Amino acid sequence: MNGSISRNDVIPHARILTLKLSNFRSYRQASLGLAGKSALFLGPNGAGKTNILEAVSFLTPGRGLRRATLDDVAATEGDGSWAVAAEIDGALGNAMLGTGIEAPSGDENSLRKSRIDREPVSSASAFAEHLRVIWLTPEMDGLFLGPGSERRRFLDRLVLAIDAEHAARVNALDRALRSRNRLLEEQNFDAKWMDAIEHEVAELAIAVAAARAETVKRLATEIESNRDVESGFPTAQIALDGEIERALEIESATEVEERYREKLRDNRPRDRAAGRTLEGPHRSDLIVLHQEKAIEAARASTGERKALLVGLILSHARLVTSMHGFAPVVLLDDVAAFLDTERRAALFGALEMLGAQVLVTGVDESAFSALDPSAIRFRVSPGEAVRSG
Amino acid sequence: MRRVVAGPEIERLIQLLSKLPGLGPRSARRAALHLVKKREELMQPLTAALGDALEKIVVCDTCGNIDTRNPCMVCADETRDHSLLVAVENVADLWALERAGAVNGRYHVLGGTLSALDGIGPDDLNIASLISRAHEPEVKEVVLALSATVDGQTTAHYITDLLRDADVKITRLAHGVPVGGELDYLDEGTLSAAIRQRTLF
Repeated sequence: MNGSISRNDVIPHARILTLKLSNFRSYRQASLGLAGKSALFLGPNGAGKTNILEAVSFLTPGRGLRRATLDDVAATEGDGSWAVAAEIDGALGNAMLGTGIEAPSGDENSLRKSRIDREPVSSASAFAEHLRVIWLTPEMDGLFLGPGSERRRFLDRLVLAIDAEHAARVNALDRALRSRNRLLEEQNFDAKWMDAIEHEVAELAIAVAAARAETVKRLATEIESNRDVESGFPTAQIALDGEIERALEIESATEVEERYREKLRDNRPRDRAAGRTLEGPHRSDLIVLHQEKAIEAARASTGERKALLVGLILSHARLVTSMHGFAPVVLLDDVAAFLDTERRAALFGALEMLGAQVLVTGVDESAFSALDPSAIRFRVSPGEAVRSG
Repeated sequence: MRRVVAGPEIERLIQLLSKLPGLGPRSARRAALHLVKKREELMQPLTAALGDALEKIVVCDTCGNIDTRNPCMVCADETRDHSLLVAVENVADLWALERAGAVNGRYHVLGGTLSALDGIGPDDLNIASLISRAHEPEVKEVVLALSATVDGQTTAHYITDLLRDADVKITRLAHGVPVGGELDYLDEGTLSAAIRQRTLF
């Protein structure tokens, strides 16, 4: 163990020193001293353990690990505002990250505000320079069986942890596509207006597809180069299934963009009948294969699927570390329900090697014997989290 | 229940002030109190100025700018370069460019951007008049000074397409490093745009 602790000291990392929640879900006010260490949050179901991890997940752009709306997160007895602040020892040294919404006034939609060292920044994307966060939740269990949209969202999360601009790109593509679909609904739409929208759709689509393809490529390389290290987990073979992504491998982005634009134009009648845009990277899928067994993840056993997913997350954590030079904070929600003892130990061991601060929730402490013994224990009950060891 | 501290006239003033951009209920209260205290020196001239402006404000028939004369001061300025036409989304953008003193040409205020989602189509914007102005023989360049958002760029593509047969150069604003900006602090999107659009030194 001593060996791995000194190892943590040499690997650059980004860690949370103190986490403060105000009017966040079940917490009126809470301040958690983490001192940069891993932490285990124990308590019965419904005590509010996941809320703490969710709060940390808001230190990234997007809607957090539950994909909640901003209003949902506010404590019910509060005034509608909420805030998460974290004092961190990050990639750029000590910093104070803060995010949240103000109490809604009138009919205006609340916008998430973000600050670094009490100075406003344009969005939570700016936090990425200081801290990167990745997570694993039981809800991700159905990833390989569920619809492609789940896997695209998962993939976009992976891209986001590497390329903080990806969220803006995906949102812009979504808006452009919705604009196109809306205009298609009109009986006699202005064809030049449609051309202009499709011009934008194609440009954004290629940018999104290229960013995803790049991440998948890097991740695949990372998985390949760490095959032996992750003996506890099956090797995942990953690829993107989408026409644009395939075309980008052999042609220049400009050519692919021009062709996609033509396709959009040709497909107008078809898309209009369908009420949506039928082709594009918003329909691509992430293909995951269990390499040793040469079967699709969806056809692997329940246990294997979980192990594949954890292996992917682990490789991703490693990729984020190697690309940015600092280990991310890793959130593991109810991981005991997810993995058996052996794989839990393998996961904790691998994350410790990486030097990542790991925040874990669980019901039963005995399930976490393999967790870094220096991890702080918190006892969570509704509205509070008290340090217990 | 909140207790009302002032008569309905003052409450109404506060309520109206709070609708101004940048003023919340608290700052509206402060502004109202300030006006009430400086009735002679501030409130009266402000009332007169508001009344005056309300009476005289017109939208320029040529460019869509807001002024108290028609054509507006900018359009009427004969010293401006008539070969350069800068299309902006709204009057605030025109004012911003004028503050910077960056444009010696004339403007065209579109009144927004195309947005299928918000139901704003070409007919809701001053696009047709821009196209006809761009066809005036003295106009040599149209600058599309629009936001780098999906709607802003869609509008730019749309206008570019309509101007295809016009004998004008169509340009847009550069994306890149802000003046006095440190590279280190730029987001990745802006940085890569700046590299792509690098210019000769």
